[in-house]
Amino acid sequence: MSKLTFARAINAGLRKSLENDPKVVLMGEDIGALGGVFRVTDGLQKDFGKHRVIDSPLAESGIIGTAVGLAYRGYRPVCEIQFDGFIYPAFDQIVSQVAKMHYRTQGRVRMPITIRVPFGGGIGSPEHHSESPEAYFTHTSGLRVVAVSNPQDAYTMIQQAIASDDPVLYFEPKRRYHDKGDVDETIDLSTALPLDKAAVVSAGSDVTLVAYGPLVKTAKDAAMAAADDGISVEVIDLRSLAPIDYPVVEASVRKTGRLVITHEAGQSGGLGAEIAASITERCFHYLESAPVRITGFDVPYPYSKLEMHHLPDLDRILDGVDRALGRPNSLSGLEG
Amino acid sequence: MLTDQAGKGVHHDTPGPGHSAQNPLRTGGNLLQLVSPEGERISHPEFDVWVKDVGDEQLCSLYEDMTVIRRIDAEATALQRQGELALWPPLLGQEASQIGSSRSLRDDEFVFPSYRESGVAYVRGAHLSEIARVWRGNASYGWDPQRINLATPQIIIGSQSLHATGYAMGVQLDGANTAVLAYFGDGATSEGDVNEAMVFAASYQAPVVFFCQNNHWAISEPVRVQSHVQLADRPTGFGIPSMRVDGNDVLAVMAATRVALDRARKGGGPTFIEAVTYRMGPHTTADDPTRYRDPIELEDWAAKDPILRLRKLLEAKGLLTEDVEARVTAKADAVAAELRSNCIEMPDPQPLDVFNHVYSTPNSWIERQKDHYSRYLNSFNQPVEKGAL
Ligand SMILES: Cc1ncc(C[n+]2csc(CCOP(=O)(O)OP(=O)(O)O)c2C)c(N)n1
Repeated sequence: MSKLTFARAINAGLRKSLENDPKVVLMGEDIGALGGVFRVTDGLQKDFGKHRVIDSPLAESGIIGTAVGLAYRGYRPVCEIQFDGFIYPAFDQIVSQVAKMHYRTQGRVRMPITIRVPFGGGIGSPEHHSESPEAYFTHTSGLRVVAVSNPQDAYTMIQQAIASDDPVLYFEPKRRYHDKGDVDETIDLSTALPLDKAAVVSAGSDVTLVAYGPLVKTAKDAAMAAADDGISVEVIDLRSLAPIDYPVVEASVRKTGRLVITHEAGQSGGLGAEIAASITERCFHYLESAPVRITGFDVPYPYSKLEMHHLPDLDRILDGVDRALGRPNSLSGLEG
Repeated sequence: MLTDQAGKGVHHDTPGPGHSAQNPLRTGGNLLQLVSPEGERISHPEFDVWVKDVGDEQLCSLYEDMTVIRRIDAEATALQRQGELALWPPLLGQEASQIGSSRSLRDDEFVFPSYRESGVAYVRGAHLSEIARVWRGNASYGWDPQRINLATPQIIIGSQSLHATGYAMGVQLDGANTAVLAYFGDGATSEGDVNEAMVFAASYQAPVVFFCQNNHWAISEPVRVQSHVQLADRPTGFGIPSMRVDGNDVLAVMAATRVALDRARKGGGPTFIEAVTYRMGPHTTADDPTRYRDPIELEDWAAKDPILRLRKLLEAKGLLTEDVEARVTAKADAVAAELRSNCIEMPDPQPLDVFNHVYSTPNSWIERQKDHYSRYLNSFNQPVEKGAL
C-alpha cells in the first residue's frame, strides 16, 4: 500500500498499462516533456519514448480522429484532453465516429480508446477550464463514461478503461488532483470492482445521497455533518455514469425512501434528472418524498470570483437533505 | 458582395524579383526586417514607403507604448504572484508584434484577439481595469467589444480566426472599405478552425488579415510539432498570400500589417502575416518553462529584445534624450500604479450576479433557480429564535 496523490495514482496506472501492453499509446497536448499541465503523465515520455507518449499538435479533433485510425490498426490510444472545455472541437469525432463505429460495423471494428478529461471547477480558472460536460457523452450511445473520486479508483479504473474494448471517457476531478490516499498497486484487476459498478461509500438509513467525481468527498463530509444532527445519510459514488449501476441506487432508496443527487453540472437535462426519473420509475412506492437535485445552476460556468456560489457545497447538500426529509429548509413554505 | 473568385488574391502586383507567382507578397522566404538587431535601419525597396511617415516623434511614441505594455506585463505578473490576479498570460518579448500591428489599424477596424493580446487591448483603448478584471476572476469579459472594436479575449485556440473571417464577410456584404484582423499563435495553426477560416477567407476573398505571432512555443510544444514548413508557407496552399516578418522589429511589423490592411480595404482579399518573435516569459503564470525550454535559447532571443532594438535605433538617431526617457518612465510607472490600484480596489461581484445575462429575455428555469438560491442565502441571515440555542 502506498500513499499517492490522485495525479500520481493515475500516472502509476498509465505506467502499468504502458508496461503491460505494447499497443497502448498516449497522445495529447503537452503530455511529454512537461508531463501534462497537471503533471499526470510526468516522466512517462522519458521512460517509454516519444513513439509511445506522443506530444500531439494543438488540434483536439485531430487527436481523437487519429486515435480512431490507430484503433483500426490495433492500437489502444489513451488521449488526454487538456481541459474539459477543449473537448468540444473533438465532439464530432467522439459522438459521430468513436461512439458508433462498433455498431456501424456490427462489431467488426472496436474502438478501445480512452479519453482522459480533467473536469469540474473549484480551482479559480478562467472560462472554458471548469466545465462538466459529462451529460453530452452519457447521452451518446456507444460510449462508456466514468468519473473517478479517489486515488485507488483512479489507479484501478484507468487500467480497466484502457483494457476495455469499448471507448471510455474517463473524467478526472481536477480539484482533487493533489488529494492523497492509499493505493494498493498490487490490486488484481480481474477481482477489483468492475468499471461499471457503483459503490456505497458510507452506509446510512435515512437518505440516499448520490454523487460522483469531485463531489463524492463533499457528499461524505455532508454525511458526517448530518450524523452530528442525528441524520443517517448513505452516500453512493456512482463511478460509472454510462451505464449507471441502478441496482445499487435502487437497493439504497428502497431502504431509505429518500433520494438526493448532487453534481456540478447544470441541472436541466443533467444526470440528476436521469437518475431521479429512473429511480422514480423503479422505486415509486418506496419513495417518501420527491427526489432532490443539488447541482450547478443552468448558467455558463461563472468567473472564478463566483464559482463557490455555483458549485454545490456541504451546506447546500445539507439543505437538500433537509428538503428530502421534510425538515425546515431554505424552501420551506414554497410549493413545487 | 460575396464572390467566389479563386485566384483573385493574385491580382495584386505583377510578381517582382523574389516573389513567387502564388504568393505575390513573400520576399523570397526571407524575414522582412527594417531594423537590424543592432538597431540599424535597413532600407527595403518595397516596404520603406509603407513606413515613410514614421518620423522621430512616432518612433518615440512606439517606444513609449512598448515600454508601457512591458511594464503592464511586469506589474500584472507581480499582482498574480501576490494573489491579486488569478492568472496572467505574459506577453514579454512580443511587444513589437503587438504594438506594430495594432498601431497600423484604423479605429473603425475590428480586431479578434486571443488571450495574450493585452498590448493590443491597451493600444485599442481598453481601460486597465477592463484588462485586469478577467484575470482577477471578476468577469468573463474585459471591455465592451463595440466600444473599441476589439472582440472579447478568446481562450479556445483559433476560434477567433473564423469569427474574424465572418465579420469580414459582413464588411464585404456591407460594401465597406475596412479590414478585419485576427490574432493567433503558432500552435493555433494546427486547429481545424484556423484552417477552415483560411478556406472561407480565400473562397470569398474576405478582407481579413490573419496575424500569427509565432512565439515558438505552444505551452511546452515547439513550433516544429505543429508544422514542418514555415508557417508563412501554409496559407499559400489555400491561395492566401503571406509575409514572414521579424516580429521583434516594430517597423517591419508595421509595414507588413499596413500592406495587408491596405490589400484588404481595396478588395484584395485575405493576407497571412507570420510575425517571428519569442515568448520570453512562461506561457501563463501557472506554467514552468524550465521543464521544457533550453535556457540558451532564451538568452539568444533576449539579445533580440524588441524594446532594446528600438532603443538602439533611437540612440543612433540621437532621439533618446533624458527628457524622452524621463517621460516614458513616468508614463510606465503611472500606468502600472493605476493598474495596481484598479485591480486592488475592484469590487467583488454579488452572488446573484451568477444568474445575469444568460439570456437576453427572461428564462423561467433560471428565474426559479435564482429565486431558490436567494432564499437559500437568506436562510443564513434568519434571526435565531430566542432560547433556541
Ligand atoms: C481548443 C483548445 N485546446 C487547448 C487549449 C489549451 N491551451 C491554451 S494556450 C495553448 C497553447 C497555445 O499556443 P499558441 O497558439 O502558439 O499561442 P501562444 O499561447 O503561444 O500565444 C494551449 C494548448 C485551449 N485553450 N484551447
